Amino acid sequence: MAVELTEEEVRHVAFLARVGVTDEDVKKYQKDLSSVLAYFDELNAVNTDNVEPIGHITGMTNVFRSDNVHDVDEDTKRRIMENVPETKDGYIKVKSIF
Amino acid sequence: MIKELHDKIVNGEITAVELAQKYLDVIDEKDGPEGLNAFLTVTREEALAKARAVDEKVKKGEKIDLLAGIPYGAKDVICTKGIRTTAASKILDNYKPPYDATVITKLQKVGAVMLGKTNLDEFAMGASTENSAYGYVKNPHDPARVAGGSSGGSAAAVVAGEVVWALGSDTGGSIRQPAAFCGCVGLKPTYGRVSRHGLIAMASSLDQIGPLTQSVEDAAIVLSRIAGQDKMDATSAHSGGKLYERYLTRDIVGKKIGVLPAEVYDNLDPRITESITRAGECLQEHGAVLEEVALPHLKHALSVYYIIMPSEVSSNMARFDGIRYGMTADDGVDNAPGDGIHERYQDTRRIFLGEEVKRRIMLGTYSLSAGYYDQYYNKAQRVRRLIHQDFVDAFKKVDVILLPTAPEVAFKAGAKTSDPLTMYLSDIFTVAINLAGVPALSLPVGTLEYDGTELPIGGQLIGEWFDEEGLLAIGDVLEHALKR
Repeated sequence: MAVELTEEEVRHVAFLARVGVTDEDVKKYQKDLSSVLAYFDELNAVNTDNVEPIGHITGMTNVFRSDNVHDVDEDTKRRIMENVPETKDGYIKVKSIF
Repeated sequence: MIKELHDKIVNGEITAVELAQKYLDVIDEKDGPEGLNAFLTVTREEALAKARAVDEKVKKGEKIDLLAGIPYGAKDVICTKGIRTTAASKILDNYKPPYDATVITKLQKVGAVMLGKTNLDEFAMGASTENSAYGYVKNPHDPARVAGGSSGGSAAAVVAGEVVWALGSDTGGSIRQPAAFCGCVGLKPTYGRVSRHGLIAMASSLDQIGPLTQSVEDAAIVLSRIAGQDKMDATSAHSGGKLYERYLTRDIVGKKIGVLPAEVYDNLDPRITESITRAGECLQEHGAVLEEVALPHLKHALSVYYIIMPSEVSSNMARFDGIRYGMTADDGVDNAPGDGIHERYQDTRRIFLGEEVKRRIMLGTYSLSAGYYDQYYNKAQRVRRLIHQDFVDAFKKVDVILLPTAPEVAFKAGAKTSDPLTMYLSDIFTVAINLAGVPALSLPVGTLEYDGTELPIGGQLIGEWFDEEGLLAIGDVLEHALKR
């Protein structure tokens, strides 16, 4: 079953991934993604009827830690905030959500 | 190499400062965007300060570690506090991490001297470093050819003599394939052996940090100093302070070497097949026994990898949103964003992420999206279990498995950039190892002539989970046998 992504599908996936696309990008992704997805069809030949999906590959079980808030030193705070593109009154500025 | 230099520092034949200066001079001479392009940032002052501290200790007669004063490079996807860390992406062009990766902290403690940050494919996604936003790394054997990827800068820097060794990261072959293309040793440890804290994540169930070195012994020395459980990485495995270099006994009598059935080598350059056969014979001459192993699901590894890896990529890359760090679409670079947060995300990612990164985010988002999850991601995780089981079965029979690292030698820049699928096929012999989580070592096993240039061929040894000592011991014998 060859998969051929439609233009709408590519735009939908791009929105889900929050990747801006131009009309030209959409055409390119249609071609690129379709050819890679077609390659995956070979997996249909593998019988996985009684095979559980694998979770962890080295056999580790859950690792827990307590969910506590740790303060960091002023120097680290300064270094974190220096990387923020836009700040206001010491806070990270975010665009309006609505 | 590391031991020799260590002895020279301890005996006073050379100071750590002189050694750092010597390697910095090579970087000055060979590197830069017009040169090898292996380094994205050179940390000259920090390196010399670190080297002076080592010299102080030597002067006082204090014992120093094997790695103390030895110059190394770190792939620029590993966070270094206050030192620009780009992941070779425009989106992190101005990023200075507020913390060090665990591996960097460990290396600082033993006095290793970092000379700078090495070039790579953007966010470690690629097999040639042609996806770097800062230009590709030239192969030291032929500047028209690529150094491999994604740790191409680390491999080229080691082979060109710009550093003694370098750190890389390996998600589907990113340490081993560039090591093969440039002609050095590359080790991908068992998943969980080395802490990933501070490694900018690509695919979290596959990523591992490891060394690129000039010898198997050097790889063992570095691994001993970077391995171990870390509370900052919940997937790091417990492993208690092994000195791997002490296991290189040169005795492999009775060890069983797994070799793959002949059909695996169909369509491969016969000169690569010959090198692998010769490597097997070398091990046999030293008392090892060759035995065929099947790995029946190996042929599906590429499909499984190119579903699981992009799925994890699409999730990990969500953090690059133009809000908390890195570049944002409001910097007046290109068109101004719209008013809302979605436009900010979309514009930031469209402008500052490269083609391959976006392609993988798109592919992964599609594989995980409603209606396709079972067909792609879930199916891939089932076949991944079968691949894992292949290795469990194989290691009941053999100690290591011998195969090529890559189906080719270093190719020409531009040869594969038009079709993503052709580039993905470069990973055919490396990805199964990450899917199963086992350790693997690539080392030079011969050369192959193209247009009058001798290009290195990489051979790969795969070891059992957490048996790096066994893997390195066999690799050490092979390395010395081939040199003779």
